[in-house]
Amino acid sequence: MFELLTERLEGAFKKLRGHGRLSESNIDEAMREVRRALLEADVNYKVARSFIAKVKEEAIGQEVLKTVSPSQQVVKVVHDQLVGLMGNQSAGLTLSETPPSVVMMVGLQGAGKTTTSGKLGLLLKSQGKNPLLVAADVYRPAAVDQLRILGEQVGVPVYHAPEGTDPVDICKQAMDRATENHHDVVILDTAGRLHVDDERMDEVFNIREAVTPSDILFVCDAMTGQDAVAAASAFYEKLNFTGVVLTRMDSDTRGGAALSIREVTGVPIKFIGTSEKPEGLEIFHPDRMASRILGMGDVLTLVERAQSTIDEDQAKKIEQKLRTASFTFDDFLEQMAQIRKMGPLDQLMKMIPGVSKAMPDMQVDEGAFSHIEAIIFSMTKDERAKPHIINGSRRKRIAKGSGQNIQEVNKLIKQFNMMQKMMKRMSRMEKSGRMAMPMLQ
Amino acid sequence: MLSRLIDKFKKGLAKTREGMVQKIREVIRLRPKLDEETLEEIEEILIQADVGIDPTLRIIDSLRERIASGEKVEDPENMVQEFLEDEIRKILQPEKAAPVTEISNKPHVILIVGVNGVGKTTSIGKLAQKFANEGKKVLLAAGDTFRAAAIEQLDIWATRTGSDIVKHQPGADSASVAFDALQAAQSRGSDIVLIDTAGRLHTKVNLMEEVKKIRRVIDKALPGAPHETLLVLDATTGQNAVTQARQFHETCELTGLILAKLDGTAKGGVVIAIADDLDLPVRFVGLGEGPDDLDDFDAENFVRALFEG
Repeated sequence: MFELLTERLEGAFKKLRGHGRLSESNIDEAMREVRRALLEADVNYKVARSFIAKVKEEAIGQEVLKTVSPSQQVVKVVHDQLVGLMGNQSAGLTLSETPPSVVMMVGLQGAGKTTTSGKLGLLLKSQGKNPLLVAADVYRPAAVDQLRILGEQVGVPVYHAPEGTDPVDICKQAMDRATENHHDVVILDTAGRLHVDDERMDEVFNIREAVTPSDILFVCDAMTGQDAVAAASAFYEKLNFTGVVLTRMDSDTRGGAALSIREVTGVPIKFIGTSEKPEGLEIFHPDRMASRILGMGDVLTLVERAQSTIDEDQAKKIEQKLRTASFTFDDFLEQMAQIRKMGPLDQLMKMIPGVSKAMPDMQVDEGAFSHIEAIIFSMTKDERAKPHIINGSRRKRIAKGSGQNIQEVNKLIKQFNMMQKMMKRMSRMEKSGRMAMPMLQ
Repeated sequence: MLSRLIDKFKKGLAKTREGMVQKIREVIRLRPKLDEETLEEIEEILIQADVGIDPTLRIIDSLRERIASGEKVEDPENMVQEFLEDEIRKILQPEKAAPVTEISNKPHVILIVGVNGVGKTTSIGKLAQKFANEGKKVLLAAGDTFRAAAIEQLDIWATRTGSDIVKHQPGADSASVAFDALQAAQSRGSDIVLIDTAGRLHTKVNLMEEVKKIRRVIDKALPGAPHETLLVLDATTGQNAVTQARQFHETCELTGLILAKLDGTAKGGVVIAIADDLDLPVRFVGLGEGPDDLDDFDAENFVRALFEG
């Protein structure tokens, strides 16, 4: 997400290294780099300016600690300020005490409101709620159909009115429907509108007046440039929205808009969109994001995902097998499946500290996994359990069966053998108490 | 005709002008001495317009040189404006912006690509309208088989503009939609084929491979096609637009850009950033929500409209 910003900040702090103390002049140089990095990341220039001023004040005033280097000290200040800027803690959805609660989605065209509405519906449903989606975008061709189809996909009912119905009336009618059918949350998918389009801004204001939402979410593309501030301010002035959803966070955008919107409206970023799939909506964690910006990786998210997807018993079983070196190709398949359940690999890799810096253009070819799977599936049960029996003619057959060339088969078997050897060595080391088993629990 | 175009640009860019030119004039009025501080403020104005840090720094550097040359400046306001105008025109290289291609192929095939939500389908609708207005027989290919109701959306545009449409079921292979569309276009004698594709982030390898395949299949169905591959960019997008253009260009040999939603943003400077980075002309700009709100991009007009008070 913020990889490039991270790189720039690291570059800036490198210059601080080697200086014994934080002086105004050596900080200035680093701060110029930080400012440039922020601007390149589409952070609004005013926000960048005030951010720099705050960091500088904090840093210069600080006593120089003996135990840490000046650059580490500044990193901490920048980190704290970033966390502060993005809100100190994550905020969930606000629902009213008496159902149905109304959640209203607003934003510019193409920000991702309809997709996010569907995702939110699924999220609420998985939390045991009974949501109702409302198609209030009467302008974009087929927007109603889009929400209807999304609703079907995630199993959430969609209220839509005949063509020509006024959006305000649609929302009012939807409220009646919600009461009738005991829906506890109503999600209004409003049309995209420009912040300078007075007529449409009045319309969305009237919807708000008619249904008093408990949460109004401003949906914003994370790739938005300097204009994010103008759009967000205008929407905020008109609607006093209460939360922000940043979409397309799975792109390589530097995402400066996140910092800007938060700073100018003071409204918390509540969710981020992380994929095209209905499950791709996550809670926004300011502290994690700040860590990420500073190149500390996003280990927490990785661990959380692992915990929610990896079957612990399975992991224990595999670990046991690794220890006794009875790890087979079937176990290998199993392990691969578990990892893939956690999400796209390139996303996972980027959460690991240092990876984005070491391999900025890293592309993980998910297809390679399918090839490996095909090769293993082309082995007999015996071969999978006892890899050492795979001889030349078996390799040829496996290659043919999997549609791969024989070199690919050889490569896989070689890698597998190496892995087994390594595991053996590691469990021996562990027995002698030198090293703990890494990564598997 | 020309003045109508300029007017439209001016209207669409009114906010850009207010955002940029007025502020620059103001800065200089308040600080008639062209010192470092003034330069810094001009720099921030350019950055705020999404011009991008590299072109901005370069422009500011040459402005600094110009000032340092010791030339006596009578009217700093005009000097700076003219100077910036010249610099930006140099980057945009209007002579390189493609003229409206003489359409000699039948059918003339245009493939439309871009990330999600930039306005691909809407741009296709507007393009269809434009070609229909010119008396051309247009066929649309509903190649976005992924997003819910994308096919329906294009269908509505087909009805609106009186174009033919070739569509498959949701989830179908987009390349096969393109293939069928080309066959249909050849047998029906269409003049223009506009091929829609699903929105895809430029960072997703698989999806970028898919668009490569669509391009290959098009070439197979009609050798030499697509005659144009246009990337749609959202004008509100910040510096990431440059990365998008770069990635898509690498994958599918773009021939030009469509800059959508230019009426909505106070900026538009992203064009300058992209022109600075890639040798790609902006072909069309979207300046409103109506079916007719799509115009040929003319760098000369663009710069003129940007700076005319």
